[in-house]
Amino acid sequence: MDFLVFQYPMITIQACLDGLLLGILFALIAYGMALQWGVMNIINIAQGDLVILGGYIAYFMYLYGIHPAWGVIVSPIIMYFVGIAIYKLVINKVVDRDLFISILATFGISILFMQLMNFAFGADVVLANSGYGTTMLFDNNVVLPNSKIFSAFISIVFAICLVVYMKRSKLGRAIRATAQNARAAKILGVDTEKVYAATFGINAALCGVAGALISITFTIHPYMGLPYTIRSFMIVIVAGLGNLPGVAISGMGLGIFEEFADYILGTEFRIGSVFLLLVLILVYRRFKLSRKREYLK
Amino acid sequence: MNKNSWILYIGILVFGLVAPFIFPAFKVQLSILCVLIVLATTWNIQGGEMGYNSFGNILFYGLGMYLCASVQVGMFFPLAEWTESGGEKTFVHTPSQFFQGMAAGLVVAAVVPTIVAGLIGYSILGLRGHYFAICTLGLGVAAGEISGGIEIIGAGQGFTTPPFPNIGGLEARGEFFYFLSFGALVLTFIAVRAIYTTRFRLILNAIRDNEDKAEAMGIETMKYKISGWMISAFFCGLAGGIMGGLVGYIDSTDVAFDGREMGVFMVLMAILGGKGTLWGPIIGATLFHFFKEGFWTFFLGWQYVALGVLIVVIVIYFPEGLMGWLREKYPERFGEVVDEADRKAQVELK
Repeated sequence: MDFLVFQYPMITIQACLDGLLLGILFALIAYGMALQWGVMNIINIAQGDLVILGGYIAYFMYLYGIHPAWGVIVSPIIMYFVGIAIYKLVINKVVDRDLFISILATFGISILFMQLMNFAFGADVVLANSGYGTTMLFDNNVVLPNSKIFSAFISIVFAICLVVYMKRSKLGRAIRATAQNARAAKILGVDTEKVYAATFGINAALCGVAGALISITFTIHPYMGLPYTIRSFMIVIVAGLGNLPGVAISGMGLGIFEEFADYILGTEFRIGSVFLLLVLILVYRRFKLSRKREYLK
Repeated sequence: MNKNSWILYIGILVFGLVAPFIFPAFKVQLSILCVLIVLATTWNIQGGEMGYNSFGNILFYGLGMYLCASVQVGMFFPLAEWTESGGEKTFVHTPSQFFQGMAAGLVVAAVVPTIVAGLIGYSILGLRGHYFAICTLGLGVAAGEISGGIEIIGAGQGFTTPPFPNIGGLEARGEFFYFLSFGALVLTFIAVRAIYTTRFRLILNAIRDNEDKAEAMGIETMKYKISGWMISAFFCGLAGGIMGGLVGYIDSTDVAFDGREMGVFMVLMAILGGKGTLWGPIIGATLFHFFKEGFWTFFLGWQYVALGVLIVVIVIYFPEGLMGWLREKYPERFGEVVDEADRKAQVELK
């Protein structure tokens, strides 16, 4: 237990700013989750592993002497094709099936990816050093690494690009139509199979961007995927499907919650507190919904 | 129950009793198989019969494991000093202390998870479908992460369970744990079989098929859901307690709350054999254990890759499991009346 948080306002400001910048990244991953959930009605447990894989692409560029910030461009391109491949091999067989089947199948993919990454990249915690330096605020009491600011900025840029793309382009329109009513979209000549593949590819590409940013700002490790999946799931259920401002706000809220949990409970309980928060949110949601049901009765 | 099935049961029982003497080298493997069957069969109570696909039964399993070991140590020695000393044996259990501790520990390991399931059941079982699945997944992982931060049960460095007392060496240890887990298996089978002949199973099936309609028929679904989960928790805790003693070492995320392995295994075993049948999970667990040991022996290092592929293949191509496939092929054997003309017409259509 550490009550410094309440005695020193600077720590509070530090935690809030860190959490905000972190939360923007979470929101980007959650946006991909919301996209595939809304369009294809699947929950992808391997989401976090796609993020970590994207991170390793940036890390590899760093190892070969290319600045890891370029990973933000390269990683989504590679991840798009990885996503399409996963879709063609597995996901297209579970799209119209029971949701539990999709959860279990993607759980299998998640285990597979975790282990393959463990073989390919080793079990060390790695970080792609961007060399961006830090920014000092409030008389040097608050330290913000520039890489965090950079990653938040890039996430916002990608999110805006995607929103515009979904609104304006032909594929974006097709995706939105399929999400609303897949059958009707099919009747009107939309190739839903292609739309699904593209959706999954875009989701994987978003994960790639987020992963590259995470490898610059934080650390990556082959087994770190599941917490990212859970975070994005949590953000989506709090915000609701198709509520973009909600996703951004709840993502930032989650980031701030995590930073405070880190300061108050200690780092060893950080992941545990995220999972407990998930359980609490779901239970709260259940009681809220059951009240509504009784009212209807 | 007809004569043939009695012969089958007695045959299996006799085989189970003599198995450790026929295959003395596989005693530990057979004990693990018994534990796996217990886990798969009890997962099936709420996963298969009730339709609540839980990833969180690992919570009860891990809880049982920690509780059994803690009681076994805490009854005679200070727990904190035991975990602090790690593997070094500063305290030694005498044989009678060991067995008393084990008995008390197993009772606690079975009862406390049942109570926990009852307490959290009302909040958790109100969730439907995938929300339930993800919530229970979260519960299991949270339990692992949190127990890894608690000092008194060993935190990150793990918890060594009391070693088997020095009477008869490894042979006696293997036989003791084999008969313990086989006993748990027999107990589970008798209990589950008894449950499946009652109205309780029909109610669980009604909840699976359409919960709202079941509620409209006047069934207090919540009560039955919670009791179904509590039965699962009871046997999961028991299995966990036995497994803790068998493995001899408890780690929070790798042994006790191992959602990535045991938590998925129990789901897979039940699905492989066929959800919602009595024999499905038993056959599934047996097959799965063979597969798994094969992977672990021949693809050492690649076992998780093989496991991931296996999960995807089972889920995509055999979602109904072995029993489901057999049922489709030979419906008469399962007591379904088939119209011969109708069947022929269907074959022609195909």
